[in-house]
Amino acid sequence: MILIEKGHIIDPSQGIDGIGDVLIENGKIKEVNIQSKGQRAKSKEQGAESKSTPIHPYPSRGEGKGGGESLFPEPRVINAEGMFVIPGLIDMHVHLREPGFEYKETIKTGTAAAIRGGFTTVCCMPNTYPINDNASVTEFIIRKALEGLCTVLPIGAITKGQKGKELVEMGTMKDEGCIAFSDDGLPVMNSLIMRRALEYSKAFGLPIISHCEDLTLSEDGVMSEGLLSMTLGLRGIPAEAEQIMVFRDILLAELTRGKLHIAHVSTEGSVKLIRNAKKRGVNVTAETCPHYFSLTEDAVKNYDTNAKVNPPLRTKRDIEAIKEGLKDGTIDVIATDHAPHHRDEKLKEFDLAPPGISGLETALGLSMKLVDEGVLTISQLIEKMSLNPARILGLLTPHLSSLITGPKGTLAKGADADVTIIDTKKEVTVESSKFVSKGKNTPFDGWVLKGVPFMTISKARIYEWR
Amino acid sequence: MPKELFNKKDIDRALTRMAHEIIEKNKGTDRLCLVGIQRGGVHLAKRLASKIKEIEKKEIPVGSLDIAFYRDDLNIRKAQAIVRKTDVPFEVTDQKIILVDDVLFTGRSIRAALDALMDLGRPASIQLAVLIDRGHRELPIKADYVGKNIPTSLSENVEVQLEEEGLEDRIILEKIGIKD
Amino acid sequence: MLNKDLLGIKELSVEDINLILDTAAGFKDVLGRDIKKVPALRGKTAVNLFFEPSTRTRTSFELAAKRLSTDVINFSVPTSSVVKGESLIDTALTVQALGADFIIIRHSSAGVPHLLAKKLRASVINAGDGTNEHPTQALLDAFTIREKKGRIEGLDIALVGDIIHSRVAKSNIYGLTKLGANVRLIGPPTLIPREMEDFGVKVLHSMEEGLKNVDVVMMLRIQMERQGKGFFPSTEEYSKNWGLTQERLLLAKDDVIVMHPGPMNRGIEISSEIADGPRSVILEQVTNGLAVRMAVMYLLAGVKR
Repeated sequence: MILIEKGHIIDPSQGIDGIGDVLIENGKIKEVNIQSKGQRAKSKEQGAESKSTPIHPYPSRGEGKGGGESLFPEPRVINAEGMFVIPGLIDMHVHLREPGFEYKETIKTGTAAAIRGGFTTVCCMPNTYPINDNASVTEFIIRKALEGLCTVLPIGAITKGQKGKELVEMGTMKDEGCIAFSDDGLPVMNSLIMRRALEYSKAFGLPIISHCEDLTLSEDGVMSEGLLSMTLGLRGIPAEAEQIMVFRDILLAELTRGKLHIAHVSTEGSVKLIRNAKKRGVNVTAETCPHYFSLTEDAVKNYDTNAKVNPPLRTKRDIEAIKEGLKDGTIDVIATDHAPHHRDEKLKEFDLAPPGISGLETALGLSMKLVDEGVLTISQLIEKMSLNPARILGLLTPHLSSLITGPKGTLAKGADADVTIIDTKKEVTVESSKFVSKGKNTPFDGWVLKGVPFMTISKARIYEWR
Repeated sequence: MPKELFNKKDIDRALTRMAHEIIEKNKGTDRLCLVGIQRGGVHLAKRLASKIKEIEKKEIPVGSLDIAFYRDDLNIRKAQAIVRKTDVPFEVTDQKIILVDDVLFTGRSIRAALDALMDLGRPASIQLAVLIDRGHRELPIKADYVGKNIPTSLSENVEVQLEEEGLEDRIILEKIGIKD
Repeated sequence: MLNKDLLGIKELSVEDINLILDTAAGFKDVLGRDIKKVPALRGKTAVNLFFEPSTRTRTSFELAAKRLSTDVINFSVPTSSVVKGESLIDTALTVQALGADFIIIRHSSAGVPHLLAKKLRASVINAGDGTNEHPTQALLDAFTIREKKGRIEGLDIALVGDIIHSRVAKSNIYGLTKLGANVRLIGPPTLIPREMEDFGVKVLHSMEEGLKNVDVVMMLRIQMERQGKGFFPSTEEYSKNWGLTQERLLLAKDDVIVMHPGPMNRGIEISSEIADGPRSVILEQVTNGLAVRMAVMYLLAGVKR
C-alpha cells in the first residue's frame, strides 16, 4: 500500500496534469485523484469541500471505522510535494550485454542503472553473445530478468545470428517473451529480407525496429563525415548512410503495411523523410537519443572516445531538426541506446574503441532541458519517454506473459505500479565514476543536470535517493 | 636604481689595456684568434681585434660561438636557450684561441664554450678575456685578461651595454632578487 | 613552445613554427661540421615507437636523437609484444617505464599520439598518425622553402596528388597557410576532399592550370592500393593527367623548386629527369629533416612539466 500525495501528477494517457494523490495497492495503481491546482486533499472528517473525492487507503468511506488508517500493514505515505509524479519511464532501446558480455554490464547492474535513471521498464537489444535469435536465449534473459530491479522486456533479432539472411522464429520467440524484433548494431542490408521481416511480423503484431545504416557508405567510419572528420584524419560516416536506409525502410513499410520503428534517428534528412512518410499514412514510428539533441560532432575534437557512438554525433542543424521533430511529433520516442563498455575498451585508439554511450543515468536530466528550452512541455516529454513506447510496444493493454501483467506507460486504474517521482529543482553534476551502471563511458561528465528521479517505484519496490 | 660602474671612456681604456696585454703575453699575434661568446662577447671580440690591429698593424681572425647546445642547465631554465649563430670561419686546430666574454660570473658559460670550441677542432691553447669579473665562481675557471674586477653580491646583476646593440656604452650594476 | 608534445601543426602558433625553424638553422650548422654532435640532450632517452613500417622517418629521428647525444631505442611492430596482444597503452607505459624522455610515434590510427600525450610524462612526437598529420615533415618542408626562397609568405605553392589520404599534405596545408603562403591543391576530385576549400586553399584539377607561375611544387606519393578502391582507374591514367613532367614544370616560375616527401614513384607522379634535375630539392629535404627533428627534440626537452 503506497500513497503518493501532493505531487504534480502528469499522465498523458488520461490527460491528467495536476496536483493530487496516487494510491498503489498490490503492485497496481488503485486510484489517481486530482485536486484543483494548489488545494490539498482534505481528510475524510472534513469532507465535502474539495471538488473530488479524496483518496483513502481503504474503501471504508464515512463508515466510522476511524480516520482511514489501516490496521496492518502500515501504508507508506510519500510526500511528493513540489515534484512530478509520472508513469514509470520506458526505455525501448538498451544494451544489457547479458549473456556474453557481463564484463560490460549485467541485467542486474543495467536495471539498477535504469532505476537510478527513473526507468521502470527497459527493452534489451539482442546483440548479446549468444545473440537472442531463438527462444532459448530469450528464455535465459527472461529468467535473469527476474533478478532485475525493473521490468526487462527482450527484443529478439530479426535474422539468425544477425547475419541478415534468414528470419528468426518470431512467433516462438514472441511466446517466450519478445516484444519486438531488431538486428540493432547492424542494419538488415538485404532489402528482400527486410521486406519479409516487415511482412511476417504482421502475423504477430510486433514492430520491427530498424538500425538504419548503409554499411557500404559508412564503411570503417568512426565519426560524422565533414570538415571536422577531415581535419582530425578520422574516416567519416556521411549522413546519407542513415538516410538511404530510412528511406528504404519507409518504402518497404509502405509496401508491406508492416509496423516499422526507426531506431536512434540522428540526422535532419531522416527527420524529414519520417515526417513525410507519416503524412502519407505509413505505419512508422521513430526514436532519438538524448545525445543526438545535446551534442555535436565537436565532442570528438580531442579524440575523446567517450563521444564515439553509432550513429555518430552530427551538426547543429541536425540537433535543431531533431528538436523540431520531437516538437511536431515526427519523433515519437526518446530512448537511450544505453551502450555500456569496459573502461579498457574505451582507452584505445579512436578507430578501435567500440562506439556507445552509457546513457540510462543521464537521459532524464538531458531530456528535461528540452522542457526548459520550450521544445516540449513536461507532458509531451512524458509521452516521449513513457506513453509512446508503451503504445508502440503494445504495453497499454495487458499481455499474457510472465513479465507483464498490467498496462504500463499509464497511471490508469489497474495499471502496473510503475511510477517515477521527479525532483525538478535539484541540480546534479554528472559523475561517471559514481554511475550505478558498469559502463562509465559518457561524454556528459561534469554536466549539471536538473530534474533527477527522486524515487522510482517498480516491481513492488520503492527506490529512493537522498 | 642601477648604478653606473663604467662609462664609455672607462670601457675603451680597459679594452686598450687588454689588447696590449694580449699582445705582450702572446709575444705578438702569431696564430692568435679571437672568439666571442654569444651574446655578450661577440662585439667585444671585434673591438679587441680592431685595437690589436691598430697596435700591431696585423689583422687577426674573429669568430662568434654559440653555447646553447653545451649548457648544463637544460632542466633548470624557464625556457630553452635561444640558439644564435656560431660563426668560426677559420681553422681552430693549432691556433691560440682567446675566448672573449662580457661578464665572468659562475664560470659555467666558459666551461660550455670550452666544450663547444673543442668540438670544432684542437686548439694549441685557449685563453680567456673578460671585461668584468664579478666573482662567485662555481667552477675552477680563471680569466687571463680582465677589464675590471667588481665584487658583487648574488642579489645584484651586472650588465654590459654596448653601442653595437643600440645603447650607450656603459656597465651598470642593479639590485635584483637572489639568483638561484 | 608551451606544450611538452608535438602532435600536429594545427596546435602550433606561427611563433612556435618560426622558433622551430630558427633553431633548426642552428642545428643545420652543426650538421655541417666535422663533429656533428652536441651534448645538449646528453643522457636523455628517445624511443621510436613505430606501428607502421618506415625506414626513412625512423632513421631520421634516430640520427637526430643521436646527434643530440641522446640514447635511442627502436621499437618496431611486429618485433614487439604488441603482436602478443598487448594494448597500445600498456606498450607505451612499458616504454615510459624504461625511462623514455621522448616517444616518437607513428601509427595507422589518427589520434594515437594525442592519447599517449595525455597518459605519458614523456614528450610525444607525432611521426605520422593515420591520415591526420605528420608535423615534422611539414616543418622540414617549410624550412626547405624558407631556406631556398628566403620567405614563405606570399609564395604560390602547389601540392599535387593524393591529398585526401596524405597526412603530409594536411600538415603542410595547415603550416603553409598559417605562414601566409598561397596554397593550391591539384589532383583528381576523388583525391581532394571538398572540405579543403574551407582552409583557404584553391582546388584545381588540371596540372596545366595549377602549375602556372608557382614558386614551389610539392609532389605527393600515389599509393597503389588506392587504385583498387575507385579513386582513380589506373596509374597510367593518373600519371598522364597529374604526373609532373618537364613540359608541365615549364609553366612554373623559372626558379621553381620541386619537392617530394619520399619515397618517390619515379615515372608515375614525378619523372626521373625532374627528380634528379637542378630544380629538385628532394635530397636537401632529407638533410633539413635531420636538423628540424633535432630542433624539435631540443625545444621540447626544455618545456617544464
